[in-house]
Amino acid sequence: MTVDWQPVLLSLRVAAAALAVVAVAGTLAARAMTGRHFPGKDVLDGLLVLPLVLPPVVTGFLLLVLLGRGGPVGAPLERAFGIRLLFTVHAAVLAAVVVAFPLMYQSAKAAFQGVDRRLEDAARTLGAGEGRVFLTVTLPLAWPGLAAGVVLAFARSLGEFGATVMIAGNIPGETTTVPLAIYFLADAGDMRTAGVYALLISAASMALVVGLNVWARRRVPGWQRGRRG
Amino acid sequence: MQPRFPLPRLVRRAAALLALAAWGCGRGVPGGAGDVTLTVSAAASLREVMTATAERYRAGHPGVRVRLNFGASGALRQQIEHGAAVDVFVSASEGQMDALAKRGLVDARSRRILAGNELVLVVPAGVPPKVKGFAELASPTVGRVAVGAPGSVPAGEYAEETFRSLGIADAVARKTVYAQNVRQVLTYVESGNVDAGVVYRTDALASDRVRVVAPAPPGSHRPVVYPVAVVSASGHPREAQALVAYLTGPAGRAELLRRGFRVGASPAPRP
Repeated sequence: MTVDWQPVLLSLRVAAAALAVVAVAGTLAARAMTGRHFPGKDVLDGLLVLPLVLPPVVTGFLLLVLLGRGGPVGAPLERAFGIRLLFTVHAAVLAAVVVAFPLMYQSAKAAFQGVDRRLEDAARTLGAGEGRVFLTVTLPLAWPGLAAGVVLAFARSLGEFGATVMIAGNIPGETTTVPLAIYFLADAGDMRTAGVYALLISAASMALVVGLNVWARRRVPGWQRGRRG
Repeated sequence: MQPRFPLPRLVRRAAALLALAAWGCGRGVPGGAGDVTLTVSAAASLREVMTATAERYRAGHPGVRVRLNFGASGALRQQIEHGAAVDVFVSASEGQMDALAKRGLVDARSRRILAGNELVLVVPAGVPPKVKGFAELASPTVGRVAVGAPGSVPAGEYAEETFRSLGIADAVARKTVYAQNVRQVLTYVESGNVDAGVVYRTDALASDRVRVVAPAPPGSHRPVVYPVAVVSASGHPREAQALVAYLTGPAGRAELLRRGFRVGASPAPRP
């Protein structure tokens, strides 16, 4: 049996591209939202987290309506730049970004909330600017939580199906990621190849999660290990 | 000291959870006693015609409930192979029916040809067409082309046969977005998100948002026919047989004709 590696490589590429966007955007959004209060904050926070609780196919549907040819985003994009986003690899990346963003954002928010503000204040009293405080105090302290967000977001991108199938379609070599390949292979009765892909993606997801657990435990100093479990 | 559990409250909560589970697992729609429910799995392109015919059948057969399940013929075949409770299967290609027949999963004696159809190239209505015929699909000026996924969607298989006979299969494959069923192809074209798509003549007739630019060249693909058969595992073979007779009989054929399908003079059993 020969397995076509194209969907696997494509999935990795799409997930990696999505991660690059999500890691930065999620971290910055979380930073901007922590320790700040303004009217409508809960609603904005809800909007940012929405794709996590929304059925992916609904996320896909909304994107389809927005980005489609006559859509409020799709139409101007095509008129101004001649860009058609739908049914391209960019649409696959966008779908992955939208569904993975809340995981990164939530993890980063929790991580930033766990950072002792007195340490940041101490750095400020010593003359550090906001940028320096963020890079040398906040970020290192929040790192474990951010790393968890990165891993979860990557795994989620890797497995994204519902929104992807709506806006990226099934184009072998361009948008047919592993989950889409599995779906269409099962439809066509090729359970063997579908099974191989399913096994691959399960193994990859498991490895990511277990790897994260092991890494997180290792980071806890030895004398704390027993107590923190 | 003995831990004390608030037992009554625990029991109440467990009962509530159980009730919730039972509600979730319960049968959706209660049927009347003695009613027979027939499940018909039909090719996506038959949606309107089967819905209309089933509606009429129900009116004349009060004891029989007809449930319709539409999808790509290949996907429906998979469901039957995996034991779905289906009574009648209508495929958009002989191949998907043959596969079931070979494994004895459909009753070969019940098999009939329901109708025929034609393969056409459609473009979005209301904008200047990017393509005027099948052969032009290979041209670089034509963008995305929507075709059914050939493994499961017969319209996709027929389309690939036509592309191959024109020698443009590879060029078209590079720009093809493969759809889950022929109606998704239609939707892709209707929305203008692709430049062209390959569907059946009847699909195009059912939509006023696409324009037919060309039929597939004669002889470029196997004839499009819809075989129908009773599924061997049907719990109601007699009623299923009666439904097949109705579908292939005068009432069913009139509805098919009305919606642009081809209907043979006498749908004789296959040899």
